[in-house]
Amino acid sequence: MSVVYALLGLLAVIALITLLIGIPVFVIWLILKSFGARGEVINASLFRKKTRTFLTVGSIMLAFLMFGLLSALGKAFTAGVDLAGQDRLLTRHKVTWIQLLPVSYLNRIATVDGVADVTHQTWFGGYYKEPRNFVAVIPSDIESTFRIYPELEIPPEQYEALIADRTGFAAGYAVAEKYGWQVGDRVPIRSEIYRRADGGDTWEMTLQAIYRPRDDLGDPTSVFFHNDFFNETLPEGAQDQVGWYIVKVEDPDNAAAVAEAIDELFANSPVETKTETEKAFAAGFANQVGNVGKIVTAVIAAVFFTMLLVTANTMGQSVRERTNELAVLKTLGFTNTGVTWFVLAEALLIAVVGGLAGIGLAYLSIIVLGDQLRQYLPVFFLPGRDVLIGIALMFGFGLVASALPATQALRLQVADALRRA
Amino acid sequence: MSESLVEINAVSKIYKRGAERLTVLDKLSLSVPRGDFVALMGPSGSGKTTLLNLIGGIDRPDGGSIVVSDRRIDKLSDRALAHWRSRHVGFVFQMFNLLPVLTAERNVELPLLLTGMNGRQRRERARTALSLVGLQDRFTHKPAQLSGGQEQRVGIARAIVTDPEILLCDEPTGDLDRQSGDEVLDLLVALNESQGKTIIMVTHDPVAAERAKRIVHLDKGRLSSVSEAAA
Repeated sequence: MSVVYALLGLLAVIALITLLIGIPVFVIWLILKSFGARGEVINASLFRKKTRTFLTVGSIMLAFLMFGLLSALGKAFTAGVDLAGQDRLLTRHKVTWIQLLPVSYLNRIATVDGVADVTHQTWFGGYYKEPRNFVAVIPSDIESTFRIYPELEIPPEQYEALIADRTGFAAGYAVAEKYGWQVGDRVPIRSEIYRRADGGDTWEMTLQAIYRPRDDLGDPTSVFFHNDFFNETLPEGAQDQVGWYIVKVEDPDNAAAVAEAIDELFANSPVETKTETEKAFAAGFANQVGNVGKIVTAVIAAVFFTMLLVTANTMGQSVRERTNELAVLKTLGFTNTGVTWFVLAEALLIAVVGGLAGIGLAYLSIIVLGDQLRQYLPVFFLPGRDVLIGIALMFGFGLVASALPATQALRLQVADALRRA
Repeated sequence: MSESLVEINAVSKIYKRGAERLTVLDKLSLSVPRGDFVALMGPSGSGKTTLLNLIGGIDRPDGGSIVVSDRRIDKLSDRALAHWRSRHVGFVFQMFNLLPVLTAERNVELPLLLTGMNGRQRRERARTALSLVGLQDRFTHKPAQLSGGQEQRVGIARAIVTDPEILLCDEPTGDLDRQSGDEVLDLLVALNESQGKTIIMVTHDPVAAERAKRIVHLDKGRLSSVSEAAA
């Protein structure tokens, strides 16, 4: 029985792939049909070997599907850097951001010239119910955090409720949707780093607010809750420490001087600091996992270009097989340029329609995969800029793939070609 | 049959293969009057097809001049020559050279793409040409669905659809059985006699050549003899 299911599954996959590739192939056929007899000449050339055309379109589609996914992945690894504000500094322990800082630094940092606002945050290592349900939970000073991050928007009434409730928390809309949390729900959040004074690892809190980032680059998957509440539940020795400070400067042009002043403030103390722009910190943080991203990028890019080369070769071969027919067209009075246009149009049409189908499929895949991957890749979308690059690549690929056969068509000597036939 | 349509004066054609120079046509001169039906005969390598290609403007001579319908075609640019071909010459090939994935109608329509006709006009014209060669019931057939003789008739329809002055036929019966060959020759004779088409036909077949008005023999790139056909 399992063999039957396996075969049925295989047939379903083949049918799906056939359908996915069949749609752009049909679009090509439809476009050419609408161009009358000239279109039919190209149609006739393309569909002479239907399987080859089908597979060529499929290859290009797959290549651009990978391109789309690659773009989204690249964006996922660098979104934090793009999001980081130039007017925000991050002060952490001089050795590593994992080591904590005294909470008392808050007031001292606030006194530094050029500092407009300051807040603190801590990495909680949170999860919901089971460790596989990772949630980016951050105990923080709620008021100053949402002041410094105006791009995280909360409805005013929810914000008021959040401030009024010491055991309340704010969650990004994506994480709330994922776990089905509604405003007012009591939610147990567990930590794999911290333990309560009573030995427990669970903080039960009320969801009072759901925030939404102003644009696609914002992280909709974090949870913020009151550090005061968090602090008082910790054992005595673990209290009054925070992970890092976020400092908003009055003048971004003065950020370097402010950072230096902050670090000087704590120089030669038991806990020295390192202050850098949030962007620099995000870039450094991204680089820690960025190598994985680079490897994935390199592998997919290699596959992408290999497929393009193979496809270009196939398209070239298709034209070479029709040398005699191109010669006949010239005999009938088609100019060198006219025949060359037939070859170019054929390649461009395959590349662009196949490519658009691939990008479209990537877009749909990202929507579907985005929900599944959101806890690992909070920002996972296909940037508009990359779509434009993709379209340019399609045209570029069509031109490159057809360059050699088009040149051959242009230079084809009719008498020689007919003699060889 | 007085006015000269094709004037070939001391035309030479030399092929180069590395250091070797092969003279295919050696200062050959020939005059073909309007309305003539000439059969070009001769052994392989005598230059028959090369001469046909030069007259049709798909190859260029290395010396001499070719005037067709008062136009010196050997001096035309590639583009002008292509344009000239589309208006003045119809080609019929031994292997038919139809596009296998197009219907008979679409194949015949191809040369009309270079005219200003719209789709409906092209289709009507193509159907008229196909009807003229007796294929009024084969418009939507593809070459693979036709016999060799029918394919060649589609080829002839394609050659005459633009109403050219001259038809150049390279072994038009070479790939056909005798009966089909005769039908094709009947058609060419009819086009010559009733439509006034000037036809130059390369052939190895003496029977086919006899259907022409004149037989021109070539040997080693030179004109060896010109005779009136028996018919």
